Amino acid sequence: MSWILLVEQTLNGLQFGVMLFLMAAGLTLIFGVMGLINLAHGSLYMIGAFAAAAVAAATGSFLMALVASLAASAVAGVLIEATVIRRLYDRDHLDQVLATFALILIFSEGTRWAFGSFPLFLDKPEWLSGTVMLPFGIEYSLYRLVLIVVGLLVAAGLFWMIAKTRIGIRIRAGENDREMIGALGVDISLLYTLVFALGAGLAGLAGALIGAIQSVQVGMGEPVLILAFVVIVIGGIGSIKGALIGAILVGLTDTLGGVLLPRLFALFLEPSQATSAGSSLASMSIYILMAGVLLFRPKGLFGSA
Amino acid sequence: MKRESLLNAALMAVLLAVPLVAWVSDEPFLITLATRAVIFAIAGVGLNFALGFGGMVSLGHAVFFGLGGYAMGILAYHAQTYTTLMDWPFALDGTKMMPIIWLVAIAVSSLAALAIGALSLRTTGVYFIMITLAFGQMFYYFAISWPAYGGEDGLSIYVRNEFPGLNTMDPIQYFMVCYVLLSLVLFGVYRAAHSSFGLVLRAARQNEDRVQAVGQAPYRLYLTAFAISGAITGLAGALFADLNRFVSPTMLSWQTSGEIMIFVILGGVGRVFGPVAGAALFILLEHTLGGLSEFWHIYLGAILLGVVLFARGGLYGLLAGREVAHD
Repeated sequence: MSWILLVEQTLNGLQFGVMLFLMAAGLTLIFGVMGLINLAHGSLYMIGAFAAAAVAAATGSFLMALVASLAASAVAGVLIEATVIRRLYDRDHLDQVLATFALILIFSEGTRWAFGSFPLFLDKPEWLSGTVMLPFGIEYSLYRLVLIVVGLLVAAGLFWMIAKTRIGIRIRAGENDREMIGALGVDISLLYTLVFALGAGLAGLAGALIGAIQSVQVGMGEPVLILAFVVIVIGGIGSIKGALIGAILVGLTDTLGGVLLPRLFALFLEPSQATSAGSSLASMSIYILMAGVLLFRPKGLFGSA
Repeated sequence: MKRESLLNAALMAVLLAVPLVAWVSDEPFLITLATRAVIFAIAGVGLNFALGFGGMVSLGHAVFFGLGGYAMGILAYHAQTYTTLMDWPFALDGTKMMPIIWLVAIAVSSLAALAIGALSLRTTGVYFIMITLAFGQMFYYFAISWPAYGGEDGLSIYVRNEFPGLNTMDPIQYFMVCYVLLSLVLFGVYRAAHSSFGLVLRAARQNEDRVQAVGQAPYRLYLTAFAISGAITGLAGALFADLNRFVSPTMLSWQTSGEIMIFVILGGVGRVFGPVAGAALFILLEHTLGGLSEFWHIYLGAILLGVVLFARGGLYGLLAGREVAHD
């Protein structure tokens, strides 16, 4: 295998990882601040993708589509926070799982009813298609490179917001002691709604960005949601830094495992057997990674013990 | 308590009466619906053992349901193609014999539950939920990418498996097999819940430290309960695959885990017969709402949301009153 392919696949893994981060960051913030496990986060991802596809089809502008995805998923987030999620903060995890599972059923079937079962297509804009030459003669898709840059910029913005701004201080304070910041005069229910809307918006943006390289369809959110859970378990719940590192680890493991494992098995198995054994093991690789992390650190890499 | 026992008896009587009436009036479709309800009930009873009695919120019980299904599929596939299951270290043939298939399904799913439980129970709370969900997904993707047994397309079995002395292709006879198994499982779970093991398990759910102080290891209690729970759900999976004569990765998907949890919640968490009521109600909803609209999951979601937010005890909570408060 040429090393160019290896570099290319590493970049693909990085791209997948930063997109997973956009999902995982919202989930981990919502859990950290409100103590809520939100299965419907995948639905917000789907809403972002559908809003982007609909607006792109109507206006032809990719940037408008991205704005629409952010707006639609944030608005949907505020709506479900105010009607359902707010009632769940002081319930146990079982109730949270069930209520947000019910929301998935409603959103998925509602979207199927509104848009039909066939996938929509969201094309990446012309000015982002094609390839770009990287140093050492590596040709790489411009769009995927932009995804990596956008993901890293969002991550940097999020770190800056949490470390330096007033809202960030309140979020960190909320993670430590909810009652205390309420007593200090912070409007806690407004803060919760804001955090939920922020997480929802990030999920919707990820949905739209990924929607342009995969198809936009009902049920697209849940596989990503479960991967984001793996990311959070690896990184440690509530830790943004853990989410970033976990996401990149999962992205790299998934992408490189799919490429390297079949080749590794080919060293000592027949080609057909090697392909099937390798791809089966590759499909399990991130979960094996998760099990390995759990064995040594049950609270994740950056979880507070 | 008295009201709950009455409700249990009435529930089991209705569940038996509906297919018998359908049999007399020659409506095999209704019998199949009732059989589905009975099998789902077994799966729910299995999950309830971990969820209701042990407080373990597992979102990965589709693993055991699917493994039971694949145990049946793989054994029957080798029997119908006259191939050996394995040649080394000893030759092993497939089988079409239901009791053997059930035992294999139970063994495989309880072993898987031991392995998954041993890892997942190192954590608690929300980690446990996410990890069981993730392990479920691992088995799902493995089944899709492993081509030997149909991969994404699944495995079809031409004829339903055999039970000595019965014609299992006759809907009412297969229903009776499932109904008797449900009754046995309920009896066993009732006994287990009221045994010293069940009492300590429920005590551990409420206060681990005290249970530890009297010399019981919570981890081992939870793991045992999780394995039993997986075994019961695995049996249900084998029966379900036999009912459809088909097994596919869908049985392993996270939606299946969610549905099994819905059976438990609709009926009432922690009640031995709760999942039976929940599964029957689910089938009823699926049949009536499914007839109303293609998008019946919207209504199912709304009902589930209503139950979680406003009627936490499920059907049993509404009809039999609140459970005697333990916690």
